[in-house]
Amino acid sequence: MTDVAMSAPTNHAPLIAADGVPLKLKLARTTRRMKWRAFLLTVPLVLFLLIAFVMPIGEMLYRSMHNPTGSNVMPQFSVAIQDWDGEGLPSEEIFKIFVEDMTAAKKNREVGKTIGNLATRVNYEIPGSRSLFTRTARKTKNIKEGPYKEALLALDQKWENPVLWRTLQRVSKDYTLAFYLAATDRKYAENGDIVSADPLYQIYLPILFKTIWMSALITLFCFIIAYPVSYLLSTLPLRTSNLLMILVLLPFWTSLLVRTSAWIAMLQTQGVINNIMVYLGVITDESRIQMIYNLTGTIIAMVHILLPFMILPLYSVMKTIPPTYMRAARSMGASGTYSFIKVYFPQTIPGIAAGTLLVFILAIGYYITPALVGGSDGLLISNLIADHIKKTLNWSLGAALGTILLVVVLVFYWIYNKLVGVDNLKFG
Amino acid sequence: MSLAATQNSSAAMNTSTEAFVRFENVQKSYDGEILVVKDLNLDIPEGEFLTMLGPSGSGKTTSLMMLAGFEPATHGEIYLGGQSINNVPPNKRGIGMVFQNYALFPHMTVAENLAFPLMVRKLGKAEIEAKVQRALEMVELPQMGGRRPAQLSGGQQQRVAVARALVFDPKLILMDEPLGALDKQLREQMQYEIKHIHENLGVTVVYVTHDQSEALTMSDRIAVFEDGVIQQLSTPDDLYERPMNSFVAQFIGENNKLHGRLTNEKDGICTVELDDGSKLKAAAVNVGGAGERTTLSLRPERIEIDPSANQVDNTITGEILELIYLGDHIRTRMNVAGNTEFIVKVPNNAGNKPLAEGAKVKVGWKAEDCRALDPLEV
Ligand SMILES: Nc1ncnc2c1ncn2[C@@H]1O[C@H](COP(=O)(O)OP(=O)(O)OP(=O)(O)O)[C@@H](O)[C@H]1O
Ligand SMILES: [Mg+2]
Repeated sequence: MTDVAMSAPTNHAPLIAADGVPLKLKLARTTRRMKWRAFLLTVPLVLFLLIAFVMPIGEMLYRSMHNPTGSNVMPQFSVAIQDWDGEGLPSEEIFKIFVEDMTAAKKNREVGKTIGNLATRVNYEIPGSRSLFTRTARKTKNIKEGPYKEALLALDQKWENPVLWRTLQRVSKDYTLAFYLAATDRKYAENGDIVSADPLYQIYLPILFKTIWMSALITLFCFIIAYPVSYLLSTLPLRTSNLLMILVLLPFWTSLLVRTSAWIAMLQTQGVINNIMVYLGVITDESRIQMIYNLTGTIIAMVHILLPFMILPLYSVMKTIPPTYMRAARSMGASGTYSFIKVYFPQTIPGIAAGTLLVFILAIGYYITPALVGGSDGLLISNLIADHIKKTLNWSLGAALGTILLVVVLVFYWIYNKLVGVDNLKFG
Repeated sequence: MSLAATQNSSAAMNTSTEAFVRFENVQKSYDGEILVVKDLNLDIPEGEFLTMLGPSGSGKTTSLMMLAGFEPATHGEIYLGGQSINNVPPNKRGIGMVFQNYALFPHMTVAENLAFPLMVRKLGKAEIEAKVQRALEMVELPQMGGRRPAQLSGGQQQRVAVARALVFDPKLILMDEPLGALDKQLREQMQYEIKHIHENLGVTVVYVTHDQSEALTMSDRIAVFEDGVIQQLSTPDDLYERPMNSFVAQFIGENNKLHGRLTNEKDGICTVELDDGSKLKAAAVNVGGAGERTTLSLRPERIEIDPSANQVDNTITGEILELIYLGDHIRTRMNVAGNTEFIVKVPNNAGNKPLAEGAKVKVGWKAEDCRALDPLEV
């Protein structure tokens, strides 16, 4: 005990290794190689996540707020218009720059910098204004000298509308919240205030809410079906449970498209189920039930597809609960139901939490199945996002919708964490 | 052998007018092909500590589960307090149970675990608290009520499991290898504690183990199971000193076997000719007629080395193969009549003359210490 190193901790002096190097440093040196090796092993994954996950999401967040169409198409005008106070019409000077920029832009063929791009962008804000731009752009090259204001108004009387100029002023800014407003069914009013969109254009929020409650419903159905199945799986003898497990996993081994098409064959009005019911006389030939290309079809097909994601975590948790718990409860006088509620069920909560979270998050972003069997009222928010990315090419709006979806998922995750605690989740 | 069982159970019947627990011709098969329990007859008087002892797979747990109500008997009746309980569900039987892995509910605290059977019985809050506290004190864990089972040591969990089985004052407690997961020292300590609880409360205990020393220490009576049959039901000393068949002799304690053929029998003493030709006298316990094969059973501590002729009935010469010094005695392995695993425990007395490996010595024993039992095939 007279040893220096031994008595050191009481003096709070650093511990010294046998060769005089401080122990902490020594330890760090000896473990450095190990740490590097561990780090190198994770490099491929880290890179992959960075490229395939973090960057696209960052890009999406950026794009939902950043739209440089205005400054790309009309570089001078987009700067000049910012000085305008928004009263009446802009000055003659601004009109001059506008006409010059437009004439120049007309000749531009570069993607993202054509008059068409600007016209589309303004059209998001003022539906029906597209043709005004394309028509005017064709003739501005004839305006050789001032006064530009009169000349432009002579081309088209619509340019006298100050709303158009205020919109142009907004559109010329690179950073905008306009797409978030659109994604939440709101817009800038003529005076620049934020108001709700015309009832006709209010589609995103209702579909977002529909997506949330449908995901909740699908999660609930999955839970109701999966719980007893998982229980059975976890209690049956190994051979039988393996067979059942294969049946559960079978959908995983089949292409998603095949599975979805199978549901179409089953559920359509001339499909197997309707035919059987007509044959059995449950329904008449005229009153065949519409079970697909609507909400019902989406729910049925998605419950089927997402079921394994509920069963697997439940099963893996139930597998670890020995039957002696229930027996112990019963030996103490509890009825089967009481033992189940008080003893078995609470122990499956980590599995329930993991399963419902998994299914809910998968459902809320699900795309292919609603697209195939959802018809028009079975569409979910991700189908709209895909439309904007692929068809209307309004990427900013798509990105804004995607970001909102991401935030919704994170909010649910946060609530979940508060309720059950992420540490308690057990995925498998 | 079933003779032995019925003999003893009728003895038990005399002590109490009606058995508290009674198995009557109980059979059990899980698959419809093999009988796991074959014709079980067992009477347990109230207040007894009865142990089911036997090798793995002999049907102990199955018998216990039938009594608890978790497995239905394929045939036969089980009575509890004079009532047939075949159709009573486990939660209506009022039997406390301690499981091998304790089965303490992990999502409840110790106090909640103990309160569980009382909540089920809809007792008042104050009463529950009082009983839980008393139970915790009984197993000497008064401060542990707020902990989760996972925060307790193995021995503490064990005590909680015992307390939980007792807290609702059941008349009968079943324990299935409750000490199996504990280390040796803790196991021995817990054996005494369970024994004391049994003595203080006067409950009936049916205890399952495959550890014979545990069975011998704790039990009033032991039922030795083998292959779904009770081989012998006796008090611990009876079982050790008067095994009724070769399986029991072999299973309980250390045993030397000598194989031979019966030549004659008179007044309970028989003469047996060993396979090497030497003749020995033995107590005829479980033998057939003259000429039939038999196995002699002999405890190592009943054998003397270099005996004086008037003290013993049998003497035979053997060769010392191995000596192991164990302090209080010397464990001597010998070759006697072809049995090279013949063990003699030589007390470490000052007067004994030293033994040497390879030496040939005379060993001897009394006829009544050597029991002629059913033949055990080699
Ligand atoms: N649930 C079951 N299904 C089918 N066979 C079973 C079942 N439980 C036990 N068995 C069989 O019944 C026989 C007796 O088993 P049991 O559990 O009663 O033995 P045990 O005496 O308690 O053994 P151990 O000392 O190993 O616990 C064994 O052969 C076992 O394989
Ligand atoms: Mg067992």
